[in-house]
Amino acid sequence: MTSQLSDVTNYIQDLQKKLVSEKEDLEDVAATKLQNLAVEFNELNWAGPMVPTGPITLPFDPVKRLIDGFKHFKTSYFDTHPALFDELALGQSPKFMVFSCSDSRVCPSHVLHFQPGEVFMVRNIANMVPAFDQLKHSGVGATLEYAVKELGVANILVMGHSNCGGIKRLMSYPEDGSVAFDFIDEWVKMGLPAKTKVITEEAAGSADFHEKCERCARESVNLSLANLLTYPFVQKAHLEKQLALRGGYYDFVNGIFELWELQSHISNPITVQT
Amino acid sequence: MTNELSDATKTEDLLKINLITSTTEKEVQDDVVATETDEHLEYDPAVDKILDGFKCFKTNYFNTHPELFNELALGQNPKFLVFACSDSRVSPSHVLHFQPGDAFLVRNIANLVPKFDQIRYSGTGATLEYAVEELGVENILVMGHSGCGGIKRLMSYPEDGSAPLMFIDDWVEMGLPVKTKVIAEQGNTDFLEQCESCAKGCINMSLDNLLTYPFVQKAYSEKKLALTGGYYDFFNGRFELWEFGTNIIITTP
Repeated sequence: MTSQLSDVTNYIQDLQKKLVSEKEDLEDVAATKLQNLAVEFNELNWAGPMVPTGPITLPFDPVKRLIDGFKHFKTSYFDTHPALFDELALGQSPKFMVFSCSDSRVCPSHVLHFQPGEVFMVRNIANMVPAFDQLKHSGVGATLEYAVKELGVANILVMGHSNCGGIKRLMSYPEDGSVAFDFIDEWVKMGLPAKTKVITEEAAGSADFHEKCERCARESVNLSLANLLTYPFVQKAHLEKQLALRGGYYDFVNGIFELWELQSHISNPITVQT
Repeated sequence: MTNELSDATKTEDLLKINLITSTTEKEVQDDVVATETDEHLEYDPAVDKILDGFKCFKTNYFNTHPELFNELALGQNPKFLVFACSDSRVSPSHVLHFQPGDAFLVRNIANLVPKFDQIRYSGTGATLEYAVEELGVENILVMGHSGCGGIKRLMSYPEDGSAPLMFIDDWVEMGLPVKTKVIAEQGNTDFLEQCESCAKGCINMSLDNLLTYPFVQKAYSEKKLALTGGYYDFFNGRFELWEFGTNIIITTP
């Protein structure tokens, strides 16, 4: 008997004595139970060093994770598609520009199976496209300018998603009485018209807060589509039918994707002559 | 008469929204459901591309990893926040093999992180604030890349005599100190080499800029947040990684 097992056995015997001293009539019951316990310990084979039976969890190593991730890409994809990567080294000509939320669960490379070279991507909180503003929103403006004027993308997709934290914040604040964020509230407030629309139209309805958020997420996509047209180069390409503008919605709870289009049409004028 | 006049003022007809919905239930089913519309949609291969892409994801990934997606439906807990360029060739989901739930991503021109500015840069601030304060990410990676168009524009304009761009020049100008340094130190080298140096310099500048956000500074000084720079060279299929503030560079062979 190793010292460990003998320690445990002694402990069980002491426990038995203590229990029995407190409740004499339970002596037999206690004895049986404690004896079973001793057998179980024995069977666990504490004669040797203690070996954990489950998988050992090592602390997460972010550097290793990144290097391993790249190696996987290099061996499984980069090295096996030399023609593609030779072509991409010379330049890119994506057909799509996609606005998607920064959320870790909704990357269009996964969700829409886009491959390297296919999509010029912008990712921000709640996949929002602000209206033209050279002071406050040069970042988004720069991505649109590059994609439309330099790369000549033919399709813009604004893709919203379920359970969006940014949309939830838009819908919650300031009514929830919380303290303002330094940045988030300023950013998502461009979605206020979508929030107002949802609240107004759902006022008499029975939708719960979550359903209103999901509705707001879709309305926010439509608002972003409208905002796209405030950029002259976008409007020009769109009206000349060189650029399609579409909205999308990825519901990762149910595994559903919705797609719709913004279509603009300038009719022929009617002339009034008197 | 009055009808004609009101018609005459109506020369634009905006915002006709037509709905195509794709719901994938089974692999072999024709699962695209089109609602009734009053507008005939022209066939567009781009629509097929998007819907086929989703179907591929749904059947080969979503449906085959129910545990993962059930967990993700409840919330996200990414370990990384990654800044990467909008360039179509450098998606971290490919390059670093990130899976759904792994990384909170920001993508912009030239993967730049501007300094704290609640007016000019609320977008970047919002992503940082959400990632660090709400999600508690432990690692921020700023990943640059070779052949970056935004960096090239920074290095080219205005010396090339071209007209200013409405937005791009304002955005990349935050990298001017890096450009100045590169020209001062490497003015005689090849322009493309200067661009690569500038790209790497801008990554380090962005890492510096991260610390102008109080919540980033706090988490970093409490050792709850690591700041890392990365560089993807897609000409040669290589990746470099370094920890902010060190000279130690890990290079993949």
